[in-house]
Amino acid sequence: MMNTILQILADNARLTNEQLAAMTGKTTVEVAQEIDRLQREGIIKGYKAIVDWDKTDRSLCLARIELKVTPKSGMGFDEIAGTIAQFDEVQEVYLMSGGYDLALEVAGKTFKDVALFVAHRLAPLESVQSTATHFVLKKYKEQGVVTVDTDQDMREVTF
Amino acid sequence: MDYSKILSSCVQQLKPSGIRKFFDLANAMEGVISLGVGEPDFRTPYAIRRAGIQSLEKGYTWYTANAGLAELREEIARYLHRRFDLNYESSQVLVTVGGSEAIDLCTRALINPGDEVLIPEPCFVAYDPIARLVGGVPVPLATRAEDQFKLTPEALRAAITPKTKMLVFPFPNNPTGAIMNRQDLEGIAEVLRETDIIVLSDEIYAELTYEGRHVSIASLPGMKERTVVVNGFSKAYAMTGWRLGYAVGPKEIMAQMLKLHQFAIMCAPTTSQYAAIEAMRSCDDEIQRMAIQFGMRRGLLVNSLNKMGLTCFDPQGAFYVFPSIKITGMTSEDFCEGLLRSQKVAVIPGSAFGESGEGYVRISYSYSVEHLVEALRRIETYLGELGVLPKE
Repeated sequence: MMNTILQILADNARLTNEQLAAMTGKTTVEVAQEIDRLQREGIIKGYKAIVDWDKTDRSLCLARIELKVTPKSGMGFDEIAGTIAQFDEVQEVYLMSGGYDLALEVAGKTFKDVALFVAHRLAPLESVQSTATHFVLKKYKEQGVVTVDTDQDMREVTF
Repeated sequence: MDYSKILSSCVQQLKPSGIRKFFDLANAMEGVISLGVGEPDFRTPYAIRRAGIQSLEKGYTWYTANAGLAELREEIARYLHRRFDLNYESSQVLVTVGGSEAIDLCTRALINPGDEVLIPEPCFVAYDPIARLVGGVPVPLATRAEDQFKLTPEALRAAITPKTKMLVFPFPNNPTGAIMNRQDLEGIAEVLRETDIIVLSDEIYAELTYEGRHVSIASLPGMKERTVVVNGFSKAYAMTGWRLGYAVGPKEIMAQMLKLHQFAIMCAPTTSQYAAIEAMRSCDDEIQRMAIQFGMRRGLLVNSLNKMGLTCFDPQGAFYVFPSIKITGMTSEDFCEGLLRSQKVAVIPGSAFGESGEGYVRISYSYSVEHLVEALRRIETYLGELGVLPKE
């Protein structure tokens, strides 16, 4: 059985402890303790808003980058992945099965920013063999939330 | 032409829904958030939709047998056994256009002019007019918050006369969220076993109970022969728009219901029936998933409303809470109209569900948690304006 509080928070992290308590049949104290534990144990890593930046005046350019890298003996892919994760431009880093090794999401202000980051920062890293950069044109869904304008509630009021 | 002289006097005398005006008002306003709907917010699980689409691709676009697809009727019989311990032959299953049609058929098959139909209130709004249309006499049985809106054996016994033909038995209840557990049912069954009264058990919300499984009155000793069970796909599988329900009961009654169904409807929608087969075969987990979500929202609403002073008993079924608004001293209609005008939140006056619903409102929790949290915030603001918010 999955942790119910975790499940609710993964969906909506803004509920108060009291609301969570009402939803799960626990006391507010129990909820607070449980969340403390989840944070302490590093199960909950943080709480962030899901933002559609296209609707703001912030310019944002995203790219998915496929990297082929040479693993280090003894460290495998962890060392190079850890290094890459240090860059603020890098939003996500995954080790992948299949045709390449690491998948990144990189954010910059402009297309050029991202391209230069790849050319000047990523490509020169010693163990990086090759990069393939794919720019994001449009985001439809992020973290389970559909970001394109969704249908409104079409239900009629009924008895 | 004077249509009032032409139209059926019986139909003209039926009261139109008293809250139409109210919802016309709501629809004309911008930014209204509703807690009014009576259907799940979930989409029909995709496996079910897919089965409907596939049936269309295969070109299954004809009528089915009047009583419904044989395969579906078998699945329904299996489902009722699996989930509610009810034992019916598939030949006793009649597939209908929503639970609503089944209610209509059952009432018409049983009621002679002058027969009394006992209807626990507050309740779904269709039982009364359907009974009237066939010359039946609706007899409301008021249920009360202090009894958790359950029907008591005493109230039932007191209402029975030699003319009583049928008891409408709508649990889990819309709008109150009341349920009848096995012990409650024993009390009712005990009264009924001495009579020839037929129970129309509307169990459309049977899958949505939050503290223990729903028990069908037909599963009690001696009750099957005097009960028609109505159920459907709308609430359990989020299939309201597919219009598919069913009834099971004694074969003598079902035969008459089938006859009416043949003449009026021919058969339930074919596409929906194919989709429903898939629902019964593979979607028990989906039912569970939706019920868990409803359960959490219920907790959220009950807790928040009680804190605001809108006391509600703990509804144990369906997806409604039915809080008392008596602290405001307003009628339900005035409260709802005020809430709509002030905070643009639409809830339904309890009085729409019978006189005994006065002093309450129906709030549906068939909405996302975000939606509910915002609506609760607005309701609290409204109560603040009225000056009735309890001190912290």
